[in-house]
Amino acid sequence: MIDVQNLSRFYGEKAAVKGVSFSVAPGVVWGFLGPNGAGKTTTMRMITGYIAPSEGSVRVAGFDVVSQSESVKERIGYLPETPPLYDEMTVGEYLGFAASLRGVKGKNLKSRVGYAMERTGLKGVAGSLIRNLSKGYRQRVGIAQALVHNPPVLILDEPTVGLDPAQIVEIRELIRSLKGEHTVILSTHILSEVTQVCDGAAIINEGTLYASGTLEEIEKCFSGPPGLYIESDPLPSPAELMRVEGISGVRREGAGLHVAFGDEEAGIKALNLWMRREERLLKEWRPIRLTLEEVYLRALSRERGVKE
Amino acid sequence: MRGLWTVTKRELRGYLTSPVAYVLVAVFLMVSGYFFYNLLWWFHTQSMAQSQNPYYVQQLNINRFVYEPFLQNVSVILLLIFPLLTMRLWAEEKRGKTDELLLTSPVSTASLVGGKFLGAIFILLTLILFLQVFTLFGFLYSRPEPVPLLLGYGGLFCMGLAFIAIGLFTSTLTENQMVAASLSFGILLLLWVLSWGAEGASPFLRELLTYLSFFEHYKDMPRGIFNIIDPVYYLSVTLFFLCLGRRVIESRRWR
Repeated sequence: MIDVQNLSRFYGEKAAVKGVSFSVAPGVVWGFLGPNGAGKTTTMRMITGYIAPSEGSVRVAGFDVVSQSESVKERIGYLPETPPLYDEMTVGEYLGFAASLRGVKGKNLKSRVGYAMERTGLKGVAGSLIRNLSKGYRQRVGIAQALVHNPPVLILDEPTVGLDPAQIVEIRELIRSLKGEHTVILSTHILSEVTQVCDGAAIINEGTLYASGTLEEIEKCFSGPPGLYIESDPLPSPAELMRVEGISGVRREGAGLHVAFGDEEAGIKALNLWMRREERLLKEWRPIRLTLEEVYLRALSRERGVKE
Repeated sequence: MRGLWTVTKRELRGYLTSPVAYVLVAVFLMVSGYFFYNLLWWFHTQSMAQSQNPYYVQQLNINRFVYEPFLQNVSVILLLIFPLLTMRLWAEEKRGKTDELLLTSPVSTASLVGGKFLGAIFILLTLILFLQVFTLFGFLYSRPEPVPLLLGYGGLFCMGLAFIAIGLFTSTLTENQMVAASLSFGILLLLWVLSWGAEGASPFLRELLTYLSFFEHYKDMPRGIFNIIDPVYYLSVTLFFLCLGRRVIESRRWR
């Protein structure tokens, strides 16, 4: 649905985004994860056509953002970092304005505005001036504005930032409920938001993409050298295990051992046979893998994964 | 031109819900009313004083002694208040970050600029409409010539279009409304006094300065003389600054 190829954006000499590529399948919720100032907003602005890419291309539903910008804009609902609200309008008027800007007309307009308000829980404040709304409600109006014309793609820039915990939960539930109907890209600097809401993610730091894919893919891709964590009774000494064929490294870790293999398949088999022969009772046996959290933290410290 | 009317409607709402437009319209009417009163009073005393002299009475013409100077004065008041009416047009969108909504909507930049321009034209028309109170007054108590009045108001409208376009242009340059107003005021003032330097200039420069000067083109119309060059001048200034404003907005995508 969204295809980003080698996207870069320079502000003068400084690159805000460098060579970012990823693609998002239709109907999924996709997280765009990175610390503040990582280039998330810049990337999203390029996808929506607010700013033009310096290099690379973005295609949304097959349309190029630069050369077919109106076709792209029709298909996108966008919530910028600051919700673009007019304080002197009521919620209903504002949503009507947003819908008609996107070409929704006549009877359709009224029903779309009604739908967007219902979806975001704004029915009760339809006649209130936006000026008088709380931050949580302003954010909801921002989301309602993005989905009022029923776009296939929703781009939400930090939709939960600055909200209280209860509001965050509500907004996350709302986003989850949009899955399937819309392709959603949301940016965040909070990892748990991605694991709770998203099907896939791209991790970005200092303008470069660190990882992208489904959550499992990201974790798997960064699981480091194939290895196992074992605990047994009695625990073999590292020197003993080093003699087993296919094992390339052994290191004590807590109450057990971290075993690394040169050839994973042969090594695991040999280790298994050895343990049985030596009558060591296995207490724990699990593959070692970086959690998403660890992948994220590595990206932040710019420490490269072992396997990329 | 999709979205043009939507933008215009929102623009009108923006004017109607902000106190700025009401205050400026009130100030405009107050000041122009004072001008009109003074001119009329002078005309009245002259007529009384000269009523015994048929030759002078013939010379006293309400178009020439009241409406012509009145319209000239009004055009200066417009120059003073239009920067304040147009400063918000784009600067406010940038300050409130609502330009992100407009520029990511499937509406062309030309429609956005056009919509805002049309919105401001409604204010201009409102001002000219209110001025008709003074015209009505003339028709009630005297017999002014309608053609010079028509041309005078038409010229005022054309000049107003140029004021709006210049204000809209400077508003795209900044998110600070005061800066936008100062810039457009500067441009308008400069265009006004441009012909003052024509006196000692070379013939070509004199011609050029006079042609580019705002008020040189508003000398004839209130007198009832129509030169096609006058509206053409205002409309070309308008078009030039509208295009410039559109370019500025578009260029922001690349900077």
